[in-house]
Formats: sequence, structure tokens, C-alpha cells
Amino acid sequence: MKLQPNEKLDIKNILKDLDKYKPRRRGWTWRKGTGEHRKIGDFEYYDTAENLEQSQPLPGGHYFNEMDPQPQNVITTEIASGRFEDDIRRMRMAAWHGADHLMVIRTAGQSHFDGLIEGTPQGIGGIPITRKQVRAQRKALDLIEDEVGRPINYHSYVSGVAGPEIAVMFAEEGVNGAHQDPQYNVLYRNINMVRSFVDAANAKKVMAWADMAQIDGAHNANATAMKAWKVMPELMVQHGLNSIFSVKCGMDKENICLSSVPPTAPPAPCMRIDLPYAVALREVFKDYKIRAQQNTKYMGSSTREATVTHVLNLLISKLTRAEIQSTITPDEGRNVPWHIYNIEGTTTAKQALVGMDGLQEMVEIKRDHGELAGKVRELKERAVLFMEEMIEVGGYFKAVEEGFFVDSGEYPERNGDGIARKIEGGIGVGTVYERDEEYMAPVTAFFGYNNVEQYDKNAIDNPASLIGGCSLEDPDKIVYIDELDENDNVNVRLEETKELRETTKIKPEMEWAGDGIVQTTLFLPVDERTAEFAAIEVGKKMGLEDVEVIHKEVMQAAEGTRIEIKGRVPFTIDTADLVIPPKPKVMSDEEIREDIDKKPMKIVAGTVGEDEHSVGLREIIDIKHGGIEKYGIECEYLGTSVPVEKLVDAAIELNADAILASTIISHDDIHYKNMKKISDLCREKGIRDKIVLLAGGTQVSNELAVESGVDAGFGRGTKGVHVATFLVEKRREMNK
Amino acid sequence: MKRQDDFQDRRQHLKDLTEEQLEAKFWELAEKLVDPLVDLAKKNTTPSIERSVLIRMGFSSIEAKGIVEGVVDRGLMGKGAGHVVYKVAKNKNMDIREAGLKLLEGELWDEAVAAFNGGDK
Repeated sequence: MKLQPNEKLDIKNILKDLDKYKPRRRGWTWRKGTGEHRKIGDFEYYDTAENLEQSQPLPGGHYFNEMDPQPQNVITTEIASGRFEDDIRRMRMAAWHGADHLMVIRTAGQSHFDGLIEGTPQGIGGIPITRKQVRAQRKALDLIEDEVGRPINYHSYVSGVAGPEIAVMFAEEGVNGAHQDPQYNVLYRNINMVRSFVDAANAKKVMAWADMAQIDGAHNANATAMKAWKVMPELMVQHGLNSIFSVKCGMDKENICLSSVPPTAPPAPCMRIDLPYAVALREVFKDYKIRAQQNTKYMGSSTREATVTHVLNLLISKLTRAEIQSTITPDEGRNVPWHIYNIEGTTTAKQALVGMDGLQEMVEIKRDHGELAGKVRELKERAVLFMEEMIEVGGYFKAVEEGFFVDSGEYPERNGDGIARKIEGGIGVGTVYERDEEYMAPVTAFFGYNNVEQYDKNAIDNPASLIGGCSLEDPDKIVYIDELDENDNVNVRLEETKELRETTKIKPEMEWAGDGIVQTTLFLPVDERTAEFAAIEVGKKMGLEDVEVIHKEVMQAAEGTRIEIKGRVPFTIDTADLVIPPKPKVMSDEEIREDIDKKPMKIVAGTVGEDEHSVGLREIIDIKHGGIEKYGIECEYLGTSVPVEKLVDAAIELNADAILASTIISHDDIHYKNMKKISDLCREKGIRDKIVLLAGGTQVSNELAVESGVDAGFGRGTKGVHVATFLVEKRREMNK
Repeated sequence: MKRQDDFQDRRQHLKDLTEEQLEAKFWELAEKLVDPLVDLAKKNTTPSIERSVLIRMGFSSIEAKGIVEGVVDRGLMGKGAGHVVYKVAKNKNMDIREAGLKLLEGELWDEAVAAFNGGDK
């Protein structure tokens, strides 16, 4: 099975024979070809990785021959639609834009689910992570990575009260990375501390066996703390505890990634606070990897503001280091992320990192003197003091009981508002069992005491040999469960959207196929509160259902408010009924230039009749707007309100190849009448077969223009290149 | 607990350390904090760990859950759920899956308990 760029990914194909699918590799993959200079287009890049075979360049790429340099950082996008079959389509879009770490968020509540979930039930804010969904997504990513030409890392979460089982399932299914941090369970999921650490050690051992990258959960302290910039010493401690615990469970340091977040955001002077923190963290953790996450604590519903924060965070990544550059969708502050915003976040990272390529050749941090040096030192000391006091009170569990973590004071300041948990409390309390002397587990990647020698001394290094290999050596031992719920599964959902997948009918969508969601931006000339309620009425009158305001921003208290609404459209569009005119032909700049170089071309131009609108024509002509002058076409601009006689006479006098007449005013069809007049006059003067006549204007249709006697008409959206292409082609035709 | 920032007082014993020494201290303390946790993890098990063992031994998630519940009920967690299945299979000369599925159906538990001298008391 191979994907074609112009064909949709067929989910039914992915689901077919899924029970027989086996992952083709395990483990994490970094980008290849980093650490060398690379010539791409007209430039030499310092910090890129290998190019993709197929990709979607930045919007500005068309100015640069559609080149698409790839930064050296792995780029993450987090997908959370709740339907894995729609996630897969989004993954393909993200991969084309340069994401190679696709993280699937789990459905709300899965951390408290005691066991594995099976089948394909729909989730909320993420998918229930099941074997079938993981397998389908990994299988789809195999196809997608072949298509773009770069390995894609697939990632989810090993947390909650089923960590070891999820880790085993991930290892079996070729998942490449996962979040794992027992502190996350304790602090934010209220899972019993002892249970959490005992489970985590086993989960980590399995992840280590599968060579998975691990991301910790420290960034959550930043998102939870009242004043996020005050928890910096604690963040370092959380990173440190999970990192060293992971090493002791068998993980390689190079697979351990710190989930690091710049703690603050504008209007705080964030760079001055975030940069010393980033430097301190990277120094203390020099042997580990950094996964740089965007600040979400201070994210609101403005996608623009979130994007600016993201770019500032990317500057920190660039000035320090970030092996994995995460992205947050800029709409996360307003709803569950939409397709388009996953792409925006990914593109923001790519754009900013490529734009900052080689920055450190010219800019460096004042590491050893001044404010930054002092701050870095202070943060390290505060983190050390934090751990000294943890030991003083009796260790990790005691410190958690005493509310050391997520306190809003900057340690050693304490505000008494930290998250405290009891060692004898939380979910799963009383479910930890001491292993007897006889304890034994005949499997691979098992952590801790394991009395295999009671059966076979030779099995000590390979406990699974007792049972002839476990599922990690022999994937045929994996028991695949397809579906458990006959109403809540992918087949039912695909049936509901069948018309949209199998016919020419389409519907707008943001999260799921056929959701019908659209977003509209309005300016309403009233105060914020009034605008909010007026906007909902506007949405309803536009025919939207379930209208909601998703963003509001005061322009000025009395003058007006910017509002963004979302709603659903109830209809479908049948693309088979659309009348789509053929795409205007466009030659490459080089081809046009070559033609003009060989044989110069001259045109005369003006707006005709009583028409003073010259902006459009100037854009078609002027070199600074990308007009036809840039190809070397000599343009004689006669001005506005030029009588047609004058235009034709000038063309004769200058021996011009073409006349460009701009005709904006259209009442009483005056624009077409003028076209006819020009054509007739040229015929009278005997030059019609030697000259190209073009007419343009916002109300001009090519068909009617040609009927009126000119060679072509150009309407709204025309660019210089369209006109130049036509001129070159027409001249070739006339010279035949 | 509430406390003013007494960083300047507390840092006195750190102020003369080089940054390398400070970083070394950071890791020394981190190790000291996690060592007891690692030890705890080595000596204990949980239902999730036992289910993960059974999954590796060739059982589905649903089967693993049922078997571990049986193991907990009979006080055999300290032996290991995988061990229980392994031992029953060995003693009964069955293959691993066959033994596990019998246990899942509520059979062979008396033999299992007897094989481990009655389990936890």
C-alpha cells in the first residue's frame, strides 16, 4: 500500500487485516543529517536536517521556489480530537508540514482506568488509548513516513494506574515515545504515591527495552502553580527526580527528555526570567535531552497572542537547545484543538527555527557575567536547598505529605498552598504487595526481584526463556482484541460519515469528518458584553447552529469589539455540481524572462474612459508589486482616464506588442463597451492582428471580454505573472 | 507551611561551591531521594505489574485482569501472577495459555494455593 499525494488516506484500508499487522521498528528516531551545512535553494543553512521527499512548504515558500528547509529539532504536534480515524488524517497533514513526533492525547479519565481499554470507543479531549487504535495509527504512520520520506515518532502516555500494561502494549505495538513520570500521577491524578513509583519502575524498564524516548511531566507544575515563574527551583527538582529514577530503572540518559516550559509570558518581561532558567536547566541536565514545550499557563483565547508567545519560546530553544521542539495549537485556550491549528503550531515552529538558522554564529548569551550568570547560579542553589530540606523531613513521600510541591512561593519561600498527598491515600492505596522470596515473573524487561533461578539458573538473564519467549520476543503471542462495544466503535462512526467519504459531497470540518464547524471573525461597533450577545445573533442569522463565542478582544471600550464565533453548518456541498473555471496557466519566472530576454516586449497601459482607479493596473505593471516589469517587459503607463484613441495611437507610435486597458467602472457595461471600442479602433488602423489586447478590472470576466473583441480579460485576483504568461504565450502563437 | 524567602541565610554553606560542585551536589541529593523509591519498586508488585506480566505471557488484557483478580483473592500476589500460571501449567503439564484460561474459569485454584504452601497467611 502506498499513498498518493492527491489521494485521501483510506481508513478502511488501514483497518483491513489490522489483526495481522506488525510494527516494522521499535525505538525513537532523531532527524538525520544534522550538524552539517546544507545548501538549499539560494542559501547555505547551518542548522538543518535532511530535506523531506514530499512536504508542504511555508506559505512564503512560493517566493523561494517552494523550498522547505527542515530544522534539526524533532517537531511535535499533539493531537486530541477524540476519534483516532480523524486523528490519522490530521497526522498526515502535520507530517507534510514538518512534524515528526505525533503525540496522541488520552481521553479524559483514562489514568484512573484500572487496566487496558480495548476497541475503538470515542474519547473526550483525546482518544482512549487501546491496542487497536494504537496499531491503526502506527500502521498509518508507516505509510505517511514513507510518503514524506522521514521516520515519524508515535507517542502517547504511560501513566495512571495501568502504566506497566500500557508500557508493554506500547512496546509490542512499536510506539516510539511516551510520557512517564510517577510524580505526575501523584500530584495531578491523586494516585497513591507508593503504587505510582512501584508501577513506574516497571513501566520504565519496559520502555527502556523498547528504546522509547521518555518525556517527564514536570511542565504541569508550571501550568498549575499560581505564579508559574516561582516554581522554577521545584521544576528542576522534579526533572531531576524523574531523570535519575529512570536511569536507575534501566533507561539510557539519551532517551530521557525533560519536558521544559519557559515559565512565563508577556506582558511579563519573560525573556529575562525564562532565559536564565533555560540555561540553568540545560547545564544541570547536560547529559539529558530537552523537549521544549510552549508556555500554556498564560494562554488565552487569542490565537495570535499564543503564537507570539510560542515564537518567544522558540527563541529560547534556539539560544539554548531543544532536541524536541513541541508545539501547542494556538487554539488550545479556546477549544479542543482543530486540524488547522495543529498545522499552525507546527508551521510556527518550522518557520521560526528556519528563520533563526545559524543565529548563534552571530549572537551569544552573556553566560559568565551580569544578571544572567547570577540568576543561573541562584536557581541551581535554590534547587539544591529544596532537595536538602526534602531529605531533612524524611524523603520524597514525607515531602509530598508536607506540600512541598506546586507551592506558589519561590523556594525556600513557602506559601502553604502546595499539593499535599497522603502516603496512605489516593487511588490504588493498598494495592502494593510485597514480593515473597519465591516471587517470579517469566518475562523480558521485568524490573526488580525475580527468583527465576528456583526453576533454572540459566534463565537468570533471560526469564522469558522459561516459557519459550514472551510476546516481546514472539509477537505471535500478542492477543489482539478487535471491538468490545457494538455501538461505540469506528465502524459505526464510519457508517455515519459514509456519504462524506464515498461521494462527492463535502462539509466544512475542524475536528471530525462532517462536524460542520466553521469559524467567523467579526468586528462589532459596541462594548464587549453587547458584542458577545450580538455576535451570537449574527451567527444564527448566518444560518449557523450551536453558535458560540470563542474569542473576544476589546478594540476600545465604546468603539467596538473583535469577536470570533464558531457554529455548525447543517448542509453539504456537492463538488460535482460546482462550475470551476480552469486554473489560469502560469509559466515559471525563468521561462518568461528567457522569452523576453530573447525578444524584448513593449506594452502601453492605462485606465480607460472616465476611470481614475489605477491601483489594480499599477499592481500588474509595477516591479515592486511583482508586476510584469520584473520580467523585463517595457511598460509605457499613460495614466488614468485615457481616451481609447490615445491608447491605440501610443501603441502604434511605440510599436508596442500589447495594450493593457484597465476598466474598473462597470455600470451600464461601460467596461465591455470600451473593450469593443479598442478592438474596433485597432482593426480600423490595421494593427489588430499584430497587437495583443488585454483588459482587466474587478468586474471583468474573460469570456465576456473575449466576446467584446479583446484577446483576454483578467478579473479579481490577477497577478503580474498571469498577464505575463498570457503575453508570452500569445506572442508565440502569433509568430507561428 | 508558610515561610518568608530565607534564601540568603540558607545558602551560606553553598556559596563557596563552584557551579560544577553545585551540580554534583544536585545529583547526589537526587540519588539519595530516589534510592529508597527504587528499592521499594524492586521489592513490591501491583495488579498492573502482574497484568503486564500476563500480557507478555500471551494473555489478553481482559484475561489478565481476571486472572490477577483471582490471584489477589487467594493471597498469591507475593508469588507473582505469572508464577502462579507458570507453576500450575508445569505441575499439570499444560501449556501456559491452557492453564491461565482454566484459572480464569475458576478452576485449578486449590492446586495453585497448595503448590505455594497455602499462599499468604
